[in-house]
Amino acid sequence: MTDADNRLVAVLGSIPYAKFLGITAELAGDEMTAILPFADHIVGNPMLPAIHGGVLGAFMEMTALAQLSVAAPLKRQPRTVDVSIEYLRSGRPVTTYARATIKKLGRRVANVHVEAWQETRAAPIATLRGIFLVAPSEE
Amino acid sequence: MSEDNEQTRMIATAMNEGSPQARALGFTTLKIGDAVAILKVPYRPEIVGDPETGVIAGGVMTTLLDHASGQAVHAALETWTSIATLDLRIDYMRPAEPGRDVMARAHCYKVTRSVAFVRAVAYEDDPEDPVATAQATFMLDSSAGKKTGANLKPSRSRPPAAKPKGDAA
Repeated sequence: MTDADNRLVAVLGSIPYAKFLGITAELAGDEMTAILPFADHIVGNPMLPAIHGGVLGAFMEMTALAQLSVAAPLKRQPRTVDVSIEYLRSGRPVTTYARATIKKLGRRVANVHVEAWQETRAAPIATLRGIFLVAPSEE
Repeated sequence: MSEDNEQTRMIATAMNEGSPQARALGFTTLKIGDAVAILKVPYRPEIVGDPETGVIAGGVMTTLLDHASGQAVHAALETWTSIATLDLRIDYMRPAEPGRDVMARAHCYKVTRSVAFVRAVAYEDDPEDPVATAQATFMLDSSAGKKTGANLKPSRSRPPAAKPKGDAA
């Protein structure tokens, strides 16, 4: 396992709410895909049925945190300053995937965009834009 | 609309008990009516986001604020209609206090024919000292006449799949 792999496993393994939701991630080179397997307890509206919008938001926020841990060794977990979520389609009862793009990783602040999709990568179900306070370990 | 009227109270209870994620997180509605909903999430170790500090995950705030905002929309509407979150923005002011329950107070301050606008705050004791604030928009009549379960069908953007054996439906 590479250092980035180790950091990814450490960050997802250490967040209780990530475990509660069942989030995992796969790393291929520097490209990480976060995976949210469908489970009954993540449903928000059982009539549709649809995954809870908050769960999709949480999943994308954790994807951003995980991507930051892959990108660089950090002294501590980044602190979320703000997130802005767009809901594009309802989350159907299947596996959801997400990938994060770090738009900028500065000495104090990171800007991250995340897209979540289900069967079709080109048809995302939700997107997140977030600002995070980071503390690089070389400081 | 009177405070805690029967219909909005019933919708809130159905949203808390009927939604598996809300049930898993233990959401309860403390107050609902007049376009306002106040919800509580009880603290527990499983929903922590940073094990070093024991602070509840930001994602739980997201779910609580989204859920409370949805109930505020129902509390602002005369009749029930299906709603869907379009947009949710959350600002995190400070970490929640470890070991403490978190409340969310949501106010649906404007309803148009197709969109509802909501502001919400998350806090422990005082809404004036928030952990997080949120601004959300909801689409009204989101199912647009489609039947329950319509979203189980494959999306149109999906390439045609090989015919499944023993076609259900």
